[in-house]
Amino acid sequence: MPEPLPASKRSDADEGRAARYAALETAAPTLDESALRRQTRRSVLTGGAASLVALLGWRWLQTGPDDNNIPVTLRRGHEFNEALWRRLSGRTAPTFDRSRSSMLRVNGRHGIGDEIDLVAWELTVLGPDGSEWGRHVLADITALPKVELTVEHKCVEGWSHVVTWGGARFSDFAALYADRLGSESTDYVALVTPDRGYYVGLDMASMLNPQSLLAYELEGEPLTQDHGAPLRLATPNKYGIKCIKRIGTIQFTNDRPTDYWYERGYDWYAQL
Amino acid sequence: MTTQTAPTTGGEAGTDHAAVARLKHRRVTRWTHWINFPLLMIMIWSGLRIYWADVRDPFGFGVGLIGWHWFDFFPDVINERLGLERRLARGMAFHFTFGWLFTINGIAYVLYTWRSGEWRHLLPDRHSPGDSITVVLHDLFIRRKPLPPQGRYNGAQRLTYTLIVVMGGLAVLTGLAIYKPTQANLLTTLFGGYETARTIHFTITIGFLVFFVLHLLQVARAGWPNFTSMVTGYERIKAPADAGQSRTGTPEAAGR
Repeated sequence: MPEPLPASKRSDADEGRAARYAALETAAPTLDESALRRQTRRSVLTGGAASLVALLGWRWLQTGPDDNNIPVTLRRGHEFNEALWRRLSGRTAPTFDRSRSSMLRVNGRHGIGDEIDLVAWELTVLGPDGSEWGRHVLADITALPKVELTVEHKCVEGWSHVVTWGGARFSDFAALYADRLGSESTDYVALVTPDRGYYVGLDMASMLNPQSLLAYELEGEPLTQDHGAPLRLATPNKYGIKCIKRIGTIQFTNDRPTDYWYERGYDWYAQL
Repeated sequence: MTTQTAPTTGGEAGTDHAAVARLKHRRVTRWTHWINFPLLMIMIWSGLRIYWADVRDPFGFGVGLIGWHWFDFFPDVINERLGLERRLARGMAFHFTFGWLFTINGIAYVLYTWRSGEWRHLLPDRHSPGDSITVVLHDLFIRRKPLPPQGRYNGAQRLTYTLIVVMGGLAVLTGLAIYKPTQANLLTTLFGGYETARTIHFTITIGFLVFFVLHLLQVARAGWPNFTSMVTGYERIKAPADAGQSRTGTPEAAGR
């Protein structure tokens, strides 16, 4: 409402504005003394009840049951988001000029604590029932069409880094098993380090995205052990926690595989 | 915050049925205002857990923006006291679930304010920029110039309350841009890329905190009847009969 000003101090223009503002309020409902008291009482009671419900809900959320280390309601929230974004998935991340990329920091050694003999390394491929579908040496992967991708690698912690991966598309690798995959529906892929210390699960659609690579090079050089030699997963469409280093086993499966960081409270889907 | 009582019309001073209060904040405005308060607090609190997870760049705010390390957002001690460390998973879980509630509540407010015509009280008009300078100087006790005429809100309020809604929208959009930088890539590009969108997102958060402090101060200054109007919806336009010379309920207090 207008500030009280002595009429003598007001210009005609101000009077006009004051009148226009006041006109906006003429239709506003008014209350008499007893109606105001009733309205106040009702509002305070309703507001108090609503606050109490909110507070109890908050407490329940904080102290209620967990699902893989976060409150079960928030786990459902992650799953709601997954269902929503799956409908929109299939896009590819922007790529950058090679000159913008530089060496990535080493951010985790889960599952790659000890150095391994790279020559003795083998990749095991399993089917949904756990039976062995095949074994590969690195030459099998480097024989596939090589792809170089300069993309922004993103960490759940918040940092990002433009980096260049070299490797084979997972879709090209999966094509080696086209016959078996054609006869069995497999919705997921589980990838595990040789020591089983780190493990990730991804949905098949994300794995078949053309930007999902079985990478053996970083910044044009063979992967170091710290970065997951000899073979790791690299995709700009998932957080770095899904880009498992030193893959030992790849299993095609129909059951949603568990996942190292999922068990520790993170979103299973982790899609960007 | 209940059903609005039917207006009592007529009745001049002296009768029991005289109008003593007028509707200021409608029901939807009040509900969305009060729902927004805890939701925004949850978003900021869970957002800090995410912000703090990048320990290599704990005080990075502003660096990407202006090229200078401006200040330590929070000293480590406070960070530890608040239990912000190593709760990244929970921070993300809260942020990405409650973000929808924050968004829905905000959309409900904007739609209602638009459809109900309440925006006429809120959006800045051509006088607002000039008015706001006068009002701010007045409120800082720098210049006691007569205040310009105002409606429900003065020029500074119109600008601020509109800006805070725009900031809410920007917070949601930059949030989506850094939440789904591939799936919502157009948005990410629009905000200048992943890192820039992140900086904007955190800058808006600082803006919310600054607004929150100023808002509390100004509400405290404006007095009790102004505050209760956000609960009951109605603001006194006439002091209680038995209150005599009570300062509460004067137009001066009601104006803010």
